[in-house]
Amino acid sequence: MDMRRSLLDILACPICKGELALEVEEEDEEEILKGKLICKNCKVEYPIEDGIPNMLPPDVREKVESS
Amino acid sequence: MKVYPPSEDSELLLEAVKKELKPDDVFLEVGTGSGFVAKNILGMCKRVVATDISPFAVREAKKKGLDVILTDLFSGLKRVFTLVAFNPPYLELEHWEKKQDYMDLALDGGRGGIEVALRFVDRLDEVIVDGGRAIIVLSSLSNIREFLDRCSKIGYEVKAIGYKKLFFEELFAYLIR
Repeated sequence: MDMRRSLLDILACPICKGELALEVEEEDEEEILKGKLICKNCKVEYPIEDGIPNMLPPDVREKVESS
Repeated sequence: MKVYPPSEDSELLLEAVKKELKPDDVFLEVGTGSGFVAKNILGMCKRVVATDISPFAVREAKKKGLDVILTDLFSGLKRVFTLVAFNPPYLELEHWEKKQDYMDLALDGGRGGIEVALRFVDRLDEVIVDGGRAIIVLSSLSNIREFLDRCSKIGYEVKAIGYKKLFFEELFAYLIR
């Protein structure tokens, strides 16, 4: 399965439900290790780190990171 | 301890999921914790995806080879899933019992121990397709009655498909459709 498609198949912007665009910074054979998902509609960005997309909205993300 | 370890409730959820799972299911486990349930059904259906709100949990689940998303319940996921499983936090922690860390989120179900479970069922149609099902584990320590009332108010049919008696509580696995 195409790994890009497979992520975009299941993810949408948690805020506006918009379609996402994928920007890859680092990848291996199996998956995208580092990059971001950008909402085509509201432009909010969601990071992918260590192969894990972080779909928490930015305000929640900050709370999580500081705890 | 930073991530909820596989426990009796995890085992009950896994048994119930195995009973219900079909090869063409697109499966989502919400609040996967260590990834125990999702890991044990890998390869048994079309796709397995797991979420957790704890960065510690998603890292542990990822190590098990799972497709993991860091999010609250299923925020940011599309309506593509045919079976969704959740072992929610169902204790009502007292203030002094909270440690102000991620284990609170794994254990504390809020008022009646069902606030997270209610949030889950209220928003369930955001991720399950028509004809999809969900499986949730609840404890007799939580307000199961209120949860079941909410399900039927929304229009879901609920059936107990798993049961486990422990020393100080009873656990139920409910199929919601």
